[in-house]
Amino acid sequence: MTSKEKKQLAIAACKIRMGALEGVHAAKAGHPGGSLSAADMFAYLYFKELNVDPAKPHMEDRDRFVLSKGHTAPGLYATLALRGFFPWEDLKTLRQIGSHLQGHPNMAMTPGVDMSTGSLGQGVSAAAGMALAAKVKGLPIRVYTLLGDGEIEEGEVWEATMFAHHHKLDNLCVIVDNNGLQIDGPIDQVMSPYPIPEKFNAFGLHVIEIDGHDFDQIEAALNEARETKGVPTAIVMKTVKGKGVSFMENQASWHGKAPNDEEYKKAMDDLNARMAELEGEKDE
Amino acid sequence: MSDVKKTATRESYGNALKELGALHPDVIVFDADLSASTKTGVFRAAYPERHFNCGIAEGNMMAVAAGAAAMGLVPFASSFAMFASGRAFEQVRNSIGYTQLNVKIGATHGGISVGEDGASHQCCEDFALMRSIPGMVVMSPADDAEAKAMVFAAYDHPGPVYMRFGRAPVPAVHGDDYKFTIGKGETLAEGTDVAIIANGLCVAEALGARDILAQEGISARVINMGTIKPLDEELVLKAARECRKIVTCEEHSVIGGLGEAVCAVVAEAGLACPVKRVGVQDVFGHSGPFTALLEEFGLTAPHIAEACR
Repeated sequence: MTSKEKKQLAIAACKIRMGALEGVHAAKAGHPGGSLSAADMFAYLYFKELNVDPAKPHMEDRDRFVLSKGHTAPGLYATLALRGFFPWEDLKTLRQIGSHLQGHPNMAMTPGVDMSTGSLGQGVSAAAGMALAAKVKGLPIRVYTLLGDGEIEEGEVWEATMFAHHHKLDNLCVIVDNNGLQIDGPIDQVMSPYPIPEKFNAFGLHVIEIDGHDFDQIEAALNEARETKGVPTAIVMKTVKGKGVSFMENQASWHGKAPNDEEYKKAMDDLNARMAELEGEKDE
Repeated sequence: MSDVKKTATRESYGNALKELGALHPDVIVFDADLSASTKTGVFRAAYPERHFNCGIAEGNMMAVAAGAAAMGLVPFASSFAMFASGRAFEQVRNSIGYTQLNVKIGATHGGISVGEDGASHQCCEDFALMRSIPGMVVMSPADDAEAKAMVFAAYDHPGPVYMRFGRAPVPAVHGDDYKFTIGKGETLAEGTDVAIIANGLCVAEALGARDILAQEGISARVINMGTIKPLDEELVLKAARECRKIVTCEEHSVIGGLGEAVCAVVAEAGLACPVKRVGVQDVFGHSGPFTALLEEFGLTAPHIAEACR
Protein backbone atom coordinates (compact mmCIF):
# COMPACT_ATOMS: atom_id res chain seq x y z
CA MET A 1 0.00 0.00 0.00
CA THR A 2 1.38 3.41 -0.90
CA SER A 3 1.54 6.08 1.77
CA LYS A 4 -0.93 8.08 -0.32
CA GLU A 5 -3.44 5.23 -0.19
CA LYS A 6 -2.85 4.83 3.51
CA LYS A 7 -3.42 8.55 4.04
CA GLN A 8 -6.66 8.42 2.05
CA LEU A 9 -7.87 5.50 4.16
CA ALA A 10 -6.92 7.31 7.36
CA ILE A 11 -8.86 10.36 6.19
CA ALA A 12 -11.86 8.18 5.33
CA ALA A 13 -11.69 6.54 8.76
CA CYS A 14 -11.50 9.95 10.42
CA LYS A 15 -14.57 11.11 8.48
CA ILE A 16 -16.38 7.90 9.43
CA ARG A 17 -15.64 8.63 13.10
CA MET A 18 -16.99 12.18 12.65
CA GLY A 19 -20.12 10.91 10.87
CA ALA A 20 -20.80 8.29 13.53
CA LEU A 21 -20.57 10.91 16.27
CA GLU A 22 -22.64 13.37 14.29
CA GLY A 23 -25.44 10.81 14.10
CA VAL A 24 -25.24 9.71 17.73
CA HIS A 25 -25.08 13.33 18.93
CA ALA A 26 -28.11 14.32 16.86
CA ALA A 27 -30.03 11.24 17.99
CA LYS A 28 -28.99 11.82 21.62
CA ALA A 29 -28.55 8.03 21.69
CA GLY A 30 -26.57 5.28 20.03
CA HIS A 31 -23.29 3.45 20.26
CA PRO A 32 -20.15 5.50 19.66
CA GLY A 33 -17.50 3.30 21.31
CA GLY A 34 -17.68 0.30 18.98
CA SER A 35 -18.30 2.49 15.94
CA LEU A 36 -15.00 4.25 16.58
CA SER A 37 -13.03 1.07 17.27
CA ALA A 38 -14.17 -0.44 13.97
CA ALA A 39 -13.81 2.72 11.85
CA ASP A 40 -10.45 1.77 10.31
CA MET A 41 -11.79 -1.65 9.29
CA PHE A 42 -14.98 -0.03 7.93
CA ALA A 43 -12.82 2.33 5.85
CA TYR A 44 -10.62 -0.42 4.46
CA LEU A 45 -13.56 -2.72 3.67
CA TYR A 46 -15.66 -0.14 1.83
CA PHE A 47 -12.86 1.79 0.13
CA LYS A 48 -10.50 -1.03 -0.80
CA GLU A 49 -11.79 -4.54 -0.18
CA LEU A 50 -15.47 -4.92 -1.05
CA ASN A 51 -16.75 -5.12 -4.59
CA VAL A 52 -19.76 -2.83 -4.18
CA ASP A 53 -21.32 -0.11 -6.30
CA PRO A 54 -23.34 2.62 -4.56
CA ALA A 55 -25.26 3.17 -7.82
CA LYS A 56 -26.31 -0.50 -7.79
CA PRO A 57 -26.77 -1.47 -4.14
CA HIS A 58 -28.59 -4.69 -5.11
CA MET A 59 -26.24 -5.97 -7.83
CA GLU A 60 -26.16 -9.73 -7.50
CA ASP A 61 -22.42 -10.25 -7.72
CA ARG A 62 -21.48 -7.70 -5.07
CA ASP A 63 -19.56 -8.76 -2.02
CA ARG A 64 -21.73 -8.87 1.11
CA PHE A 65 -21.07 -7.26 4.47
CA VAL A 66 -23.08 -8.14 7.56
CA LEU A 67 -22.63 -5.98 10.63
CA SER A 68 -23.27 -8.71 13.19
CA LYS A 69 -22.52 -6.20 15.96
CA GLY A 70 -25.50 -4.22 14.69
CA HIS A 71 -25.47 -1.67 17.50
CA THR A 72 -22.47 -0.01 15.86
CA ALA A 73 -24.75 1.03 13.01
CA PRO A 74 -23.63 4.69 13.31
CA GLY A 75 -20.18 3.63 12.08
CA LEU A 76 -21.63 1.61 9.21
CA TYR A 77 -24.03 4.40 8.22
CA ALA A 78 -21.22 6.97 8.11
CA THR A 79 -19.20 4.56 5.98
CA LEU A 80 -22.07 3.96 3.55
CA ALA A 81 -22.76 7.69 3.30
CA LEU A 82 -19.11 8.46 2.66
CA ARG A 83 -19.02 5.73 0.00
CA GLY A 84 -22.02 7.36 -1.69
CA PHE A 85 -24.90 5.01 -0.89
CA PHE A 86 -26.96 7.92 0.49
CA PRO A 87 -26.44 11.60 1.39
CA TRP A 88 -24.17 12.47 4.29
CA GLU A 89 -26.91 14.78 5.64
CA ASP A 90 -29.03 11.69 6.38
CA LEU A 91 -26.70 10.84 9.26
CA LYS A 92 -28.31 13.55 11.38
CA THR A 93 -31.66 11.71 11.11
CA LEU A 94 -30.32 8.63 12.93
CA ARG A 95 -32.97 7.00 15.13
CA GLN A 96 -35.60 9.63 14.25
CA ILE A 97 -39.16 8.94 13.10
CA GLY A 98 -39.24 8.84 9.30
CA SER A 99 -35.51 8.17 8.95
CA HIS A 100 -34.20 5.20 7.01
CA LEU A 101 -31.42 5.02 9.59
CA GLN A 102 -32.87 2.77 12.29
CA GLY A 103 -31.19 2.27 15.65
CA HIS A 104 -29.92 -1.04 14.28
CA PRO A 105 -29.37 -1.81 10.56
CA ASN A 106 -32.43 -2.54 8.42
CA MET A 107 -31.77 -4.05 4.99
CA ALA A 108 -35.15 -2.99 3.60
CA MET A 109 -34.69 0.67 4.51
CA THR A 110 -31.04 1.62 4.12
CA PRO A 111 -29.25 1.37 0.77
CA GLY A 112 -26.09 -0.70 1.14
CA VAL A 113 -27.18 -2.66 4.21
CA ASP A 114 -27.09 -6.35 3.24
CA MET A 115 -28.71 -7.81 6.36
CA SER A 116 -30.86 -6.52 9.21
CA THR A 117 -29.05 -7.11 12.46
CA GLY A 118 -29.06 -5.96 16.05
CA SER A 119 -29.81 -9.13 17.98
CA LEU A 120 -26.29 -10.33 18.65
CA GLY A 121 -25.10 -13.60 17.18
CA GLN A 122 -27.55 -13.71 14.30
CA GLY A 123 -25.54 -11.70 11.78
CA VAL A 124 -22.72 -14.22 11.61
CA SER A 125 -25.26 -17.00 10.97
CA ALA A 126 -26.86 -14.96 8.18
CA ALA A 127 -23.42 -14.27 6.71
CA ALA A 128 -22.69 -18.00 6.74
CA GLY A 129 -26.01 -18.57 4.96
CA MET A 130 -25.03 -15.99 2.34
CA ALA A 131 -21.63 -17.61 1.83
CA LEU A 132 -23.27 -21.02 1.44
CA ALA A 133 -25.86 -19.62 -0.99
CA ALA A 134 -23.09 -17.98 -3.03
CA LYS A 135 -21.47 -21.39 -3.45
CA VAL A 136 -24.81 -23.01 -4.36
CA LYS A 137 -25.37 -20.31 -6.98
CA GLY A 138 -21.79 -20.38 -8.22
CA LEU A 139 -21.27 -16.70 -7.44
CA PRO A 140 -17.58 -15.90 -6.91
CA ILE A 141 -18.29 -13.34 -4.22
CA ARG A 142 -16.99 -12.95 -0.69
CA VAL A 143 -18.97 -12.41 2.50
CA TYR A 144 -17.62 -10.43 5.43
CA THR A 145 -19.09 -10.10 8.89
CA LEU A 146 -17.96 -7.99 11.82
CA LEU A 147 -18.59 -9.18 15.36
CA GLY A 148 -18.06 -7.58 18.72
CA ASP A 149 -15.90 -9.34 21.29
CA GLY A 150 -18.76 -9.27 23.78
CA GLU A 151 -21.01 -10.66 21.06
CA ILE A 152 -19.02 -13.87 20.87
CA GLU A 153 -20.40 -14.72 24.31
CA GLU A 154 -23.56 -15.65 22.36
CA GLY A 155 -23.67 -19.41 21.73
CA GLU A 156 -25.05 -18.87 18.24
CA VAL A 157 -21.69 -17.43 17.15
CA TRP A 158 -20.12 -20.82 17.77
CA GLU A 159 -23.00 -22.68 16.09
CA ALA A 160 -22.41 -20.48 13.06
CA THR A 161 -18.65 -20.95 13.20
CA MET A 162 -19.05 -24.74 13.37
CA PHE A 163 -21.46 -24.56 10.42
CA ALA A 164 -19.15 -22.37 8.34
CA HIS A 165 -16.21 -24.70 8.90
CA HIS A 166 -18.25 -27.86 8.30
CA HIS A 167 -19.53 -26.56 4.98
CA LYS A 168 -16.05 -25.29 3.99
CA LEU A 169 -17.15 -21.70 3.53
CA ASP A 170 -13.80 -20.26 2.50
CA ASN A 171 -15.65 -17.31 0.95
CA LEU A 172 -16.56 -16.18 4.47
CA CYS A 173 -14.40 -13.85 6.53
CA VAL A 174 -15.34 -13.37 10.19
CA ILE A 175 -13.83 -10.29 11.81
CA VAL A 176 -13.84 -9.82 15.58
CA ASP A 177 -13.48 -6.30 16.95
CA ASN A 178 -11.57 -7.04 20.14
CA ASN A 179 -11.83 -3.69 21.88
CA GLY A 180 -12.02 -5.42 25.24
CA LEU A 181 -15.11 -3.70 26.57
CA GLN A 182 -18.84 -4.44 26.65
CA ILE A 183 -21.69 -2.51 28.26
CA ASP A 184 -21.21 -3.84 31.76
CA GLY A 185 -17.43 -3.46 31.71
CA PRO A 186 -14.24 -5.23 30.57
CA ILE A 187 -15.14 -8.44 28.74
CA ASP A 188 -12.83 -10.51 30.91
CA GLN A 189 -14.72 -9.34 33.98
CA VAL A 190 -18.25 -9.65 32.57
CA MET A 191 -17.89 -13.07 30.91
CA SER A 192 -14.50 -13.74 29.46
CA PRO A 193 -14.49 -14.98 25.88
CA TYR A 194 -10.69 -15.27 25.98
CA PRO A 195 -8.63 -16.76 24.49
CA ILE A 196 -10.37 -15.66 21.27
CA PRO A 197 -7.94 -16.80 18.53
CA GLU A 198 -7.61 -20.23 20.13
CA LYS A 199 -11.41 -20.65 20.19
CA PHE A 200 -11.79 -19.91 16.47
CA ASN A 201 -8.79 -22.09 15.77
CA ALA A 202 -10.38 -24.95 17.70
CA PHE A 203 -13.47 -24.59 15.50
CA GLY A 204 -11.24 -25.11 12.47
CA LEU A 205 -11.02 -21.58 11.10
CA HIS A 206 -7.86 -20.03 9.74
CA VAL A 207 -7.07 -17.36 12.34
CA ILE A 208 -5.17 -14.13 11.81
CA GLU A 209 -4.41 -11.71 14.64
CA ILE A 210 -3.85 -8.07 13.81
CA ASP A 211 -3.84 -4.52 15.13
CA GLY A 212 -7.20 -3.23 13.87
CA HIS A 213 -5.87 0.31 13.52
CA ASP A 214 -2.97 -0.60 11.21
CA PHE A 215 -3.95 -0.51 7.53
CA ASP A 216 -0.95 -2.59 6.43
CA GLN A 217 -1.97 -5.34 8.81
CA ILE A 218 -5.64 -5.07 7.80
CA GLU A 219 -4.67 -5.36 4.13
CA ALA A 220 -2.34 -8.29 4.71
CA ALA A 221 -5.00 -10.13 6.75
CA LEU A 222 -7.78 -9.63 4.21
CA ASN A 223 -5.46 -10.71 1.39
CA GLU A 224 -4.49 -13.81 3.35
CA ALA A 225 -8.18 -14.54 4.02
CA ARG A 226 -8.94 -14.31 0.30
CA GLU A 227 -6.14 -16.74 -0.50
CA THR A 228 -7.16 -19.22 2.20
CA LYS A 229 -8.97 -22.17 0.65
CA GLY A 230 -11.12 -24.86 2.22
CA VAL A 231 -11.83 -23.10 5.52
CA PRO A 232 -13.29 -19.74 6.55
CA THR A 233 -10.96 -17.14 8.03
CA ALA A 234 -11.34 -15.36 11.36
CA ILE A 235 -9.51 -12.07 11.76
CA VAL A 236 -9.20 -11.13 15.41
CA MET A 237 -8.31 -7.47 15.53
CA LYS A 238 -7.10 -5.76 18.67
CA THR A 239 -8.65 -2.31 18.80
CA VAL A 240 -9.22 0.59 21.13
CA LYS A 241 -12.84 1.25 22.02
CA GLY A 242 -13.64 4.91 21.35
CA LYS A 243 -10.49 5.20 19.16
CA GLY A 244 -9.75 8.73 18.00
CA VAL A 245 -11.62 10.61 20.71
CA SER A 246 -9.38 11.17 23.71
CA PHE A 247 -11.97 11.00 26.46
CA MET A 248 -13.84 8.03 24.95
CA GLU A 249 -10.85 5.76 24.47
CA ASN A 250 -10.94 2.57 26.55
CA GLN A 251 -14.05 3.69 28.44
CA ALA A 252 -16.89 1.15 28.70
CA SER A 253 -19.19 4.03 29.63
CA TRP A 254 -19.04 5.20 25.99
CA HIS A 255 -20.39 1.91 24.67
CA GLY A 256 -23.92 3.14 24.30
CA LYS A 257 -24.12 6.79 25.29
CA ALA A 258 -24.41 9.99 23.23
CA PRO A 259 -22.09 12.92 23.88
CA ASN A 260 -23.73 16.12 25.08
CA ASP A 261 -23.07 19.35 23.16
CA GLU A 262 -19.88 20.13 25.05
CA GLU A 263 -18.55 16.59 24.75
CA TYR A 264 -19.47 16.52 21.07
CA LYS A 265 -17.49 19.71 20.44
CA LYS A 266 -14.51 18.29 22.27
CA ALA A 267 -14.73 15.04 20.30
CA MET A 268 -14.93 16.90 17.00
CA ASP A 269 -11.95 19.03 18.05
CA ASP A 270 -9.95 15.85 18.50
CA LEU A 271 -11.01 14.51 15.12
CA ASN A 272 -10.54 17.82 13.31
CA ALA A 273 -7.04 18.04 14.73
CA ARG A 274 -6.36 14.51 13.45
CA MET A 275 -7.78 15.47 10.06
CA ALA A 276 -5.57 18.57 9.85
CA GLU A 277 -2.58 16.44 10.76
CA LEU A 278 -3.42 13.91 8.04
CA GLU A 279 -4.05 16.55 5.41
CA GLY A 280 -0.75 18.18 6.28
CA GLU A 281 1.13 14.95 5.66
CA LYS A 282 3.12 14.97 2.46
CA ASP A 283 2.41 12.27 -0.10
CA GLU A 284 5.45 10.27 -1.04
CA MET B 1 -62.61 -44.51 8.57
CA SER B 2 -60.46 -47.64 8.55
CA ASP B 3 -60.79 -47.97 4.78
CA VAL B 4 -59.47 -44.44 4.18
CA LYS B 5 -55.81 -44.00 3.30
CA LYS B 6 -53.78 -42.55 6.16
CA THR B 7 -50.61 -40.53 5.79
CA ALA B 8 -48.56 -38.54 8.28
CA THR B 9 -48.31 -34.99 6.95
CA ARG B 10 -44.54 -34.98 7.61
CA GLU B 11 -44.36 -37.66 4.90
CA SER B 12 -46.35 -35.39 2.62
CA TYR B 13 -43.90 -32.57 3.39
CA GLY B 14 -40.85 -34.61 2.37
CA ASN B 15 -42.54 -35.85 -0.80
CA ALA B 16 -43.73 -32.37 -1.74
CA LEU B 17 -40.24 -30.92 -1.21
CA LYS B 18 -38.86 -33.47 -3.62
CA GLU B 19 -41.48 -32.55 -6.25
CA LEU B 20 -40.87 -28.85 -5.67
CA GLY B 21 -37.11 -29.34 -5.97
CA ALA B 22 -37.59 -30.89 -9.41
CA LEU B 23 -39.47 -27.82 -10.60
CA HIS B 24 -37.42 -25.09 -8.95
CA PRO B 25 -33.62 -25.10 -8.76
CA ASP B 26 -33.72 -22.25 -6.22
CA VAL B 27 -35.25 -24.48 -3.54
CA ILE B 28 -32.76 -25.51 -0.86
CA VAL B 29 -33.44 -27.38 2.36
CA PHE B 30 -31.92 -27.04 5.80
CA ASP B 31 -32.37 -29.54 8.58
CA ALA B 32 -31.10 -29.79 12.14
CA ASP B 33 -30.15 -33.47 12.48
CA LEU B 34 -33.73 -34.69 12.12
CA SER B 35 -33.95 -35.38 8.39
CA ALA B 36 -35.16 -38.95 8.92
CA SER B 37 -38.02 -37.70 11.11
CA THR B 38 -38.90 -34.45 9.34
CA LYS B 39 -38.67 -36.36 6.02
CA THR B 40 -36.42 -33.78 4.40
CA GLY B 41 -34.26 -36.86 3.83
CA VAL B 42 -36.59 -37.60 0.90
CA PHE B 43 -35.47 -34.34 -0.70
CA ARG B 44 -31.83 -35.02 0.17
CA ALA B 45 -31.93 -38.42 -1.56
CA ALA B 46 -32.97 -36.66 -4.77
CA TYR B 47 -30.98 -33.42 -4.44
CA PRO B 48 -28.06 -33.97 -2.05
CA GLU B 49 -26.32 -30.84 -3.34
CA ARG B 50 -29.23 -28.69 -2.16
CA HIS B 51 -29.75 -30.21 1.30
CA PHE B 52 -27.66 -28.88 4.18
CA ASN B 53 -27.47 -30.27 7.65
CA CYS B 54 -27.04 -27.62 10.33
CA GLY B 55 -26.61 -30.12 13.15
CA ILE B 56 -28.39 -29.67 16.44
CA ALA B 57 -28.40 -25.88 16.29
CA GLU B 58 -31.83 -24.62 15.30
CA GLY B 59 -31.24 -20.95 16.07
CA ASN B 60 -28.26 -20.84 13.75
CA MET B 61 -30.23 -22.76 11.11
CA MET B 62 -32.96 -20.12 10.98
CA ALA B 63 -30.54 -17.22 10.57
CA VAL B 64 -28.50 -19.21 8.03
CA ALA B 65 -31.72 -19.73 6.08
CA ALA B 66 -32.35 -15.99 6.27
CA GLY B 67 -28.93 -15.33 4.78
CA ALA B 68 -29.58 -17.81 1.97
CA ALA B 69 -32.94 -16.14 1.27
CA ALA B 70 -31.20 -12.75 1.15
CA MET B 71 -29.16 -14.23 -1.73
CA GLY B 72 -32.32 -15.07 -3.66
CA LEU B 73 -32.68 -18.76 -2.84
CA VAL B 74 -35.89 -20.21 -1.37
CA PRO B 75 -34.87 -22.10 1.75
CA PHE B 76 -37.11 -24.55 3.59
CA ALA B 77 -35.79 -24.90 7.15
CA SER B 78 -36.96 -27.90 9.12
CA SER B 79 -36.99 -29.21 12.63
CA PHE B 80 -39.57 -30.32 15.17
CA ALA B 81 -42.18 -27.65 15.90
CA MET B 82 -40.87 -27.30 19.44
CA PHE B 83 -37.42 -26.24 18.28
CA ALA B 84 -38.37 -24.44 15.06
CA SER B 85 -40.87 -22.16 16.80
CA GLY B 86 -39.64 -22.34 20.38
CA ARG B 87 -35.88 -22.69 20.55
CA ALA B 88 -35.37 -20.57 17.44
CA PHE B 89 -38.17 -18.08 18.11
CA GLU B 90 -35.96 -15.04 18.29
CA GLN B 91 -34.01 -15.91 15.16
CA VAL B 92 -37.30 -16.45 13.35
CA ARG B 93 -38.65 -13.17 14.70
CA ASN B 94 -35.61 -11.02 13.93
CA SER B 95 -33.81 -12.63 11.00
CA ILE B 96 -36.89 -13.94 9.14
CA GLY B 97 -39.92 -12.01 10.39
CA TYR B 98 -38.47 -8.52 10.76
CA THR B 99 -36.63 -8.84 7.46
CA GLN B 100 -39.63 -10.47 5.70
CA LEU B 101 -37.09 -12.72 4.00
CA ASN B 102 -38.39 -15.53 1.84
CA VAL B 103 -37.86 -18.40 4.29
CA LYS B 104 -40.28 -21.32 4.63
CA ILE B 105 -40.27 -23.10 7.96
CA GLY B 106 -41.37 -26.73 7.78
CA ALA B 107 -42.03 -27.74 11.37
CA THR B 108 -42.93 -31.36 11.96
CA HIS B 109 -44.02 -33.19 15.10
CA GLY B 110 -46.46 -30.50 16.15
CA GLY B 111 -48.95 -31.06 18.94
CA ILE B 112 -49.71 -33.77 21.44
CA SER B 113 -49.77 -36.55 18.83
CA VAL B 114 -45.96 -36.68 18.98
CA GLY B 115 -46.88 -39.34 21.54
CA GLU B 116 -44.22 -41.36 23.31
CA ASP B 117 -41.52 -38.65 23.32
CA GLY B 118 -43.55 -36.80 25.92
CA ALA B 119 -44.20 -33.20 26.83
CA SER B 120 -40.70 -31.89 26.09
CA HIS B 121 -41.38 -32.58 22.39
CA GLN B 122 -45.16 -32.02 22.25
CA CYS B 123 -45.33 -28.45 21.00
CA CYS B 124 -48.76 -26.93 21.65
CA GLU B 125 -47.55 -23.33 21.53
CA ASP B 126 -46.25 -22.89 17.98
CA PHE B 127 -49.37 -21.28 16.49
CA ALA B 128 -49.35 -18.72 19.29
CA LEU B 129 -45.66 -17.94 18.88
CA MET B 130 -45.67 -17.74 15.09
CA ARG B 131 -48.98 -15.81 14.86
CA SER B 132 -47.45 -13.07 16.97
CA ILE B 133 -44.79 -12.29 14.34
CA PRO B 134 -45.93 -9.60 11.87
CA GLY B 135 -46.19 -10.87 8.30
CA MET B 136 -45.78 -14.53 9.18
CA VAL B 137 -48.16 -16.93 7.40
CA VAL B 138 -49.12 -19.81 9.74
CA MET B 139 -50.59 -23.03 8.35
CA SER B 140 -51.45 -26.54 9.47
CA PRO B 141 -52.78 -29.11 6.98
CA ALA B 142 -55.51 -31.66 7.61
CA ASP B 143 -54.19 -34.39 5.36
CA ASP B 144 -51.75 -35.47 2.68
CA ALA B 145 -53.31 -33.54 -0.21
CA GLU B 146 -53.51 -30.32 1.77
CA ALA B 147 -49.99 -30.67 3.14
CA LYS B 148 -48.55 -31.04 -0.35
CA ALA B 149 -50.63 -28.16 -1.66
CA MET B 150 -49.41 -25.97 1.20
CA VAL B 151 -45.77 -26.61 0.38
CA PHE B 152 -46.37 -25.49 -3.20
CA ALA B 153 -48.39 -22.47 -2.05
CA ALA B 154 -45.63 -21.56 0.40
CA TYR B 155 -43.10 -21.53 -2.43
CA ASP B 156 -45.32 -19.21 -4.48
CA HIS B 157 -45.92 -16.85 -1.56
CA PRO B 158 -43.24 -14.15 -1.26
CA GLY B 159 -42.21 -13.90 2.38
CA PRO B 160 -41.99 -15.97 5.54
CA VAL B 161 -44.25 -18.97 6.06
CA TYR B 162 -44.58 -21.37 9.00
CA MET B 163 -46.04 -24.79 8.26
CA ARG B 164 -46.84 -27.30 10.97
CA PHE B 165 -46.92 -30.98 10.04
CA GLY B 166 -47.78 -33.99 12.16
CA ARG B 167 -46.05 -37.21 13.13
CA ALA B 168 -49.18 -39.35 13.32
CA PRO B 169 -50.92 -40.76 10.22
CA VAL B 170 -54.15 -38.94 9.43
CA PRO B 171 -56.96 -39.99 7.08
CA ALA B 172 -57.47 -38.24 3.75
CA VAL B 173 -60.29 -35.71 3.78
CA HIS B 174 -59.50 -34.35 0.32
CA GLY B 175 -59.18 -35.80 -3.15
CA ASP B 176 -55.87 -35.55 -4.96
CA ASP B 177 -57.22 -32.66 -7.06
CA TYR B 178 -57.60 -30.45 -3.96
CA LYS B 179 -56.81 -26.78 -4.56
CA PHE B 180 -55.44 -24.79 -1.64
CA THR B 181 -55.23 -21.02 -1.30
CA ILE B 182 -53.35 -19.35 1.55
CA GLY B 183 -55.82 -17.50 3.78
CA LYS B 184 -58.91 -19.35 2.56
CA GLY B 185 -60.85 -21.74 4.74
CA GLU B 186 -62.89 -24.53 3.29
CA THR B 187 -66.39 -25.71 4.15
CA LEU B 188 -66.09 -29.49 4.08
CA ALA B 189 -69.69 -30.14 5.14
CA GLU B 190 -72.69 -27.86 5.42
CA GLY B 191 -74.69 -27.46 8.61
CA THR B 192 -76.81 -24.89 10.38
CA ASP B 193 -76.87 -25.56 14.13
CA VAL B 194 -73.21 -25.47 14.96
CA ALA B 195 -70.04 -24.71 13.01
CA ILE B 196 -66.91 -26.67 13.85
CA ILE B 197 -63.78 -24.82 12.75
CA ALA B 198 -60.76 -27.09 12.89
CA ASN B 199 -57.30 -27.68 11.47
CA GLY B 200 -54.71 -30.42 11.38
CA LEU B 201 -55.70 -33.87 12.55
CA CYS B 202 -58.74 -32.37 14.30
CA VAL B 203 -60.45 -31.92 10.92
CA ALA B 204 -61.06 -35.65 10.50
CA GLU B 205 -62.24 -35.79 14.12
CA ALA B 206 -64.59 -32.88 13.45
CA LEU B 207 -66.12 -34.82 10.56
CA GLY B 208 -66.57 -37.74 12.95
CA ALA B 209 -68.26 -35.44 15.45
CA ARG B 210 -70.61 -34.27 12.69
CA ASP B 211 -71.72 -37.88 12.14
CA ILE B 212 -72.36 -38.37 15.86
CA LEU B 213 -74.36 -35.15 16.04
CA ALA B 214 -76.37 -36.02 12.94
CA GLN B 215 -77.76 -39.07 14.75
CA GLU B 216 -79.06 -36.69 17.38
CA GLY B 217 -80.62 -34.37 14.83
CA ILE B 218 -77.95 -31.69 15.25
CA SER B 219 -76.73 -30.19 12.00
CA ALA B 220 -73.01 -29.41 12.16
CA ARG B 221 -71.03 -27.45 9.59
CA VAL B 222 -67.37 -28.45 9.34
CA ILE B 223 -64.83 -25.87 8.26
CA ASN B 224 -61.20 -26.77 7.61
CA MET B 225 -59.14 -23.72 8.51
CA GLY B 226 -55.75 -24.73 7.13
CA THR B 227 -54.41 -21.18 7.36
CA ILE B 228 -54.45 -19.81 10.89
CA LYS B 229 -52.88 -16.53 9.79
CA PRO B 230 -54.06 -14.70 7.80
CA LEU B 231 -57.40 -16.02 9.03
CA ASP B 232 -60.35 -16.34 6.65
CA GLU B 233 -62.43 -13.86 8.67
CA GLU B 234 -65.23 -13.81 6.13
CA LEU B 235 -65.83 -17.53 6.50
CA VAL B 236 -65.74 -17.25 10.31
CA LEU B 237 -68.27 -14.40 10.31
CA LYS B 238 -70.54 -16.28 7.89
CA ALA B 239 -70.53 -19.21 10.30
CA ALA B 240 -71.20 -16.89 13.25
CA ARG B 241 -74.19 -15.42 11.45
CA GLU B 242 -75.65 -18.68 10.15
CA CYS B 243 -75.04 -21.05 13.05
CA ARG B 244 -76.05 -20.83 16.72
CA LYS B 245 -72.61 -21.76 18.00
CA ILE B 246 -69.01 -22.13 16.89
CA VAL B 247 -66.68 -24.81 18.20
CA THR B 248 -63.02 -24.50 17.35
CA CYS B 249 -60.79 -27.53 17.47
CA GLU B 250 -57.02 -27.70 17.24
CA GLU B 251 -54.12 -29.79 18.48
CA HIS B 252 -52.71 -26.75 20.26
CA SER B 253 -53.12 -24.88 23.50
CA VAL B 254 -56.47 -23.10 23.74
CA ILE B 255 -54.29 -20.06 24.40
CA GLY B 256 -53.06 -18.20 21.34
CA GLY B 257 -54.10 -20.53 18.54
CA LEU B 258 -56.98 -20.92 16.08
CA GLY B 259 -59.58 -20.76 18.87
CA GLU B 260 -58.49 -17.38 20.13
CA ALA B 261 -58.15 -16.07 16.58
CA VAL B 262 -61.76 -17.05 15.87
CA CYS B 263 -62.95 -15.57 19.19
CA ALA B 264 -61.32 -12.27 18.34
CA VAL B 265 -62.98 -12.06 14.93
CA VAL B 266 -66.45 -12.90 16.28
CA ALA B 267 -66.15 -10.59 19.29
CA GLU B 268 -64.79 -7.63 17.34
CA ALA B 269 -67.61 -7.97 14.82
CA GLY B 270 -70.03 -7.63 17.74
CA LEU B 271 -71.76 -10.92 16.97
CA ALA B 272 -73.49 -12.78 19.78
CA CYS B 273 -72.44 -16.23 18.61
CA PRO B 274 -70.83 -18.21 21.47
CA VAL B 275 -67.46 -19.83 20.72
CA LYS B 276 -66.24 -22.93 22.51
CA ARG B 277 -62.56 -23.83 22.19
CA VAL B 278 -61.54 -27.47 22.02
CA GLY B 279 -57.78 -27.85 22.41
CA VAL B 280 -55.12 -28.58 24.97
CA GLN B 281 -56.33 -26.90 28.16
CA ASP B 282 -53.25 -24.98 29.35
CA VAL B 283 -51.51 -28.13 30.54
CA PHE B 284 -48.44 -30.10 29.44
CA GLY B 285 -48.83 -33.51 27.84
CA HIS B 286 -47.02 -36.71 28.70
CA SER B 287 -45.78 -39.92 27.08
CA GLY B 288 -48.16 -42.43 25.57
CA PRO B 289 -49.57 -43.71 22.29
CA PHE B 290 -50.96 -40.77 20.33
CA THR B 291 -54.46 -42.23 20.05
CA ALA B 292 -54.71 -42.51 23.83
CA LEU B 293 -53.35 -38.99 24.25
CA LEU B 294 -55.86 -37.49 21.82
CA GLU B 295 -58.58 -39.23 23.84
CA GLU B 296 -57.19 -38.10 27.19
CA PHE B 297 -56.69 -34.49 26.11
CA GLY B 298 -60.15 -34.28 24.60
CA LEU B 299 -59.34 -33.94 20.90
CA THR B 300 -61.42 -36.80 19.43
CA ALA B 301 -64.82 -36.83 17.75
CA PRO B 302 -66.89 -37.63 20.89
CA HIS B 303 -65.28 -34.72 22.77
CA ILE B 304 -65.87 -32.35 19.90
CA ALA B 305 -69.47 -33.54 19.64
CA GLU B 306 -69.93 -32.92 23.36
CA ALA B 307 -68.62 -29.36 22.98
CA CYS B 308 -71.15 -28.83 20.18
CA ARG B 309 -74.20 -29.87 22.23
